[in-house]
Amino acid sequence: MSVLIYTESEGGKLKKAAFEVASYAKEIAQSLGTTVTAVAINVEDSSALGTYGVDKVLEVKNDALNNFNAKAYADVLAKAVAKEEAKVVVVSSSADSKYLAPLMAVKLDAGYVSNAVSLPESTAPFKVKRMAFTNKGFNITEITTDIKVIGLSSNAFGLKENTGAATSEAFEATIEGNLGVEVTAVDKATDKVSIADAEVVVSGGRGLKGPENWGMIEELADILGAATACSKPVSDMGWRPHSEHVGQTGKPVATNLYIAVGISGAIQHLAGINSSKVKVVVNSDPEAPFFKAADYGIVGDAFEVVPKLIEKLKEFKANNA
Amino acid sequence: MKILVCISHVPDTTSKINFTDNDTKFDTNGVQFVINPNDEFGLTRAMWFKEKQGASVDVVNVGGAETEPTLRKALAIGADSAIRVNAEATDGLFVAKQLAQVVKDGGYDLVIAGRESIDYNGGMVPGLLAGILDVNFVNTCIGLEVEGEAATAVREIDGGKETLATKLPLVIGGQKGLVEESDLRIPNMRGIMMARKKPLKVVEATAASEATKSVQFEKPAPKGDVKLVSPDNIDELVDLLHNEAKVI
Repeated sequence: MSVLIYTESEGGKLKKAAFEVASYAKEIAQSLGTTVTAVAINVEDSSALGTYGVDKVLEVKNDALNNFNAKAYADVLAKAVAKEEAKVVVVSSSADSKYLAPLMAVKLDAGYVSNAVSLPESTAPFKVKRMAFTNKGFNITEITTDIKVIGLSSNAFGLKENTGAATSEAFEATIEGNLGVEVTAVDKATDKVSIADAEVVVSGGRGLKGPENWGMIEELADILGAATACSKPVSDMGWRPHSEHVGQTGKPVATNLYIAVGISGAIQHLAGINSSKVKVVVNSDPEAPFFKAADYGIVGDAFEVVPKLIEKLKEFKANNA
Repeated sequence: MKILVCISHVPDTTSKINFTDNDTKFDTNGVQFVINPNDEFGLTRAMWFKEKQGASVDVVNVGGAETEPTLRKALAIGADSAIRVNAEATDGLFVAKQLAQVVKDGGYDLVIAGRESIDYNGGMVPGLLAGILDVNFVNTCIGLEVEGEAATAVREIDGGKETLATKLPLVIGGQKGLVEESDLRIPNMRGIMMARKKPLKVVEATAASEATKSVQFEKPAPKGDVKLVSPDNIDELVDLLHNEAKVI
């Protein structure tokens, strides 16, 4: 009957998304009068999950699951749901979660709601508020099936610590049949924060005049532990890779702090970043639409403002270390 | 190879979003509709398979008659024929079940859908469809090659990409990267004329249950004015971010 969560990890280490999903699931479990069970696949040390409200961890150790495979992971989770008789399953909004969730929903005959932005509005009937129209609106959706799957938007709920420790038990999950999709190569920058995992994103637009000027964006991002991103024209011109394009047809960004440098703020861009909590814009054009969407703004030349900001943030970090 | 491209009929990316009927419906008043951008990247990749590998390309939409101009646009871009499942697209599962029936009836080898529509942002129809059909599935796909039965797909992952080996039959949740923005095609006059003569078949929906229902829409709360900081006083910005916004 517990609330079941998928805890994401990388190289055996739990990711922040796992703790956020746990925090969120704990509150749902409390309102339903039940507990939280986490499924941890090839995680070295899952003890921290207890701190975020998990009551029991099902430890899956299986070398066949070292590479993420949506079908196999969905299968393992569906088996865990059956074992625990879980009625609510919570996953994150990562690329992997969004890949596996619909496959799992089919296996469980469950209704799936993605991009949830807050706790359920009610649990009987089960209504969840979710992002729609690429942040230009919200939709309250009722899930009418017996089992419910919720995909939580990143940084929408935050981390909530709980007193308590999780018990842990081994969960055998055999992978049956042909998985159909096999990873042959992975190309991933391990030294950089990804947009999906970031709490802060520093983003550059056409105002930066060329790819050779991205050094200061990267330096600013480094100081803040931020991911770098860019506007659509910048990725279309090939100044930056597509994977950094944020906006309606690119990646959605839901960070605590979004800093836009030299981005005018086309409606498609603003839609993609709108659920970020605090937005800062630096632009030389005071009429740029971004100023209407931002919380803080500096009207000025990026090439003067950004180096100064870097210097001031370095001082700030040194004083607050 | 028989390809089916799923087309969502969505408000143009520049649309202002409003709701009507006590905020239970999207207000289509004055809204321009387009092919969902994620679907258009997939359609354009499908055209490449048609031109280079002799594939056939059909397009499908689940929706009312008002979506037909969007299907005609897909025909003008170069698809061979269109299918409209005559039903209101109420939820992701309902749509996926309709598409599954179309795929079974048409014997398609490759189904390309956008990873999500830009209106409802459910991001689930390709995965649900693959799950229902029990066929291979690659989501957030940014590269696709097919040789015979074998397919090589590139998937965008958080912080990078991975290459996947898989096989037909296959469902793709596509996005930008399948083709570049500059590869997208604007229908020319000849394409538009030809599209009028291409078959657009209307089929009735199969009985299918839903898993969710939309209760209400809300607009984001109006935002306060921007606080401007002088470029000569960056200390103030750092202070505001630390003490007021509490984000650093």
